[in-house]
Amino acid sequence: MALITCQGVSFAYEGNTAVEELNFEVQNGDYLCIVGENGSGKSTLIKGILRLKSPSAGTVLMGEGLKSAEIGYLPQQTAAQKDFPASAYEVVLSGRLSSRGILPFYSRKDKAVANENIELLGIEPIRTRCYRELSGGQQQRVLLARALCATKRLLLLDEPVAGLDPLVTHELYRLIRKINRETGITVIMVSHDVASAVKYASHILHLKTKQAFFGRTGSYLNSGVGKAFLGGELSD
Amino acid sequence: MINTLIEMFSYTFIVRAVVVGLLVSLCASLLGVSLVLKRYSMIGDGLSHVGFSTLAIASALELGDTPLTVSVPVVVLAAFLLLRISENSKIKGDAALALISAGSLAIGVSVISLTTGMNTDVCNYLFGSILAMSNDDVTFSVILAAVVLTMFVLFYNKIFAVTFDENFAKATGVRTGIYNMLIAFLTAITIVLGMRVMGTLLISSLIIFPALTSMRICKKFKTVTICSAVVSVVCFFTGVMLSYNYVMPTGASVVIVNIAAFLLFWALRIIPLAKLKTALLRQRIKQL
Repeated sequence: MALITCQGVSFAYEGNTAVEELNFEVQNGDYLCIVGENGSGKSTLIKGILRLKSPSAGTVLMGEGLKSAEIGYLPQQTAAQKDFPASAYEVVLSGRLSSRGILPFYSRKDKAVANENIELLGIEPIRTRCYRELSGGQQQRVLLARALCATKRLLLLDEPVAGLDPLVTHELYRLIRKINRETGITVIMVSHDVASAVKYASHILHLKTKQAFFGRTGSYLNSGVGKAFLGGELSD
Repeated sequence: MINTLIEMFSYTFIVRAVVVGLLVSLCASLLGVSLVLKRYSMIGDGLSHVGFSTLAIASALELGDTPLTVSVPVVVLAAFLLLRISENSKIKGDAALALISAGSLAIGVSVISLTTGMNTDVCNYLFGSILAMSNDDVTFSVILAAVVLTMFVLFYNKIFAVTFDENFAKATGVRTGIYNMLIAFLTAITIVLGMRVMGTLLISSLIIFPALTSMRICKKFKTVTICSAVVSVVCFFTGVMLSYNYVMPTGASVVIVNIAAFLLFWALRIIPLAKLKTALLRQRIKQL
């Protein structure tokens, strides 16, 4: 069974359909990129997979014993976070919270996992620095480390490169691919950046308030939707 | 100095007010860090106004001798309501707070003027009075403060997660609703306890000032929390002494000391930078 299966899924806000008729599967170890224009329902779908929003029709199934507490999530940053007084380490460690249940304090194992992920993402030098003083790219790495603390199975990234410069963007993409390949964690990413999406992802889901395309990246490049969307990017 | 202290503490009403005040400022400063960062700074103001109107109505209806037992449940209820409104409805958090705060102040003042008439009691409610605490109040306050402190320590990590990134916490299966309610519940209790020493109009400063002051300098959540607790307790004590020496209202003196502390911390952050800049300028002038 697939890790995530969507069967005829629709989402609506107060009766207005945001996105409808989604049918796709995500297998273990896949790297899925969700692309589409603004308002095409990308972020809504992410919320649906995270169970923050329930579908108005259809079902989102989680297979292979995946629980929602086992999903690592990298949300878009909020304004409040940008000036938050917390050290990078405190932020990363907070990713372990869901594994704690009602126990009040972090165990030695939680701290070890946090340190492992800090090492994996190469943010050792900034671990005691204040989060609000970090650059955009460093902040994203810290949040990615926190997401990894919460999961061993599935990573959901909501526009992780928004507002980053090209060099840092490139580094972050490579880091995510490395995580996907080396640890086998399934990655689902929402992105505006179609060119990078087709470069790194194994599968593409193109939304246009409906499911315009779902399949392997190779066939997306040859499909009508893919050609139009990518062509549009190039001619801009 | 020491003589003044001894003289001050020979009055039992001052001892009572100081005990309650210190506990309240400790609780308020801990919760304040989270509230200020969640952009809920004015929640203290709204809740204290609700507290004011319940006290007014309770005394009008002559509901028992201890107004605290009446106002604690009502204010806790108002806190939950506020949280619900700002999460779900189309009236945004700050507007909802303004509505509740002005509305309940108006109701409170009307009830008082219809029953006892506007007198010094009203003034004491609004600006705080050191004479307000009875022995029962002190016992009640100590118990509630102990509850607030224990809960805060036990749920510290959860409060951090919910404050820093509610969406992430929710997505990874943390029941954020419960912890938001916990914060609102603890805040409501703290506000009611502190209201009568600090005054309805000034109690929210205990939540806002220490947190903002410590955020000038501290860079970790843990140090911000600890520093804010220390600043708050020191400021309260200094404020009470100021109020005793110069016969000023307690609430106002505490706020003035808090303002001084804020300016001091702010200056401490600015000054090293200023020094660095002048040093750089000097170097440049030399090079020229």
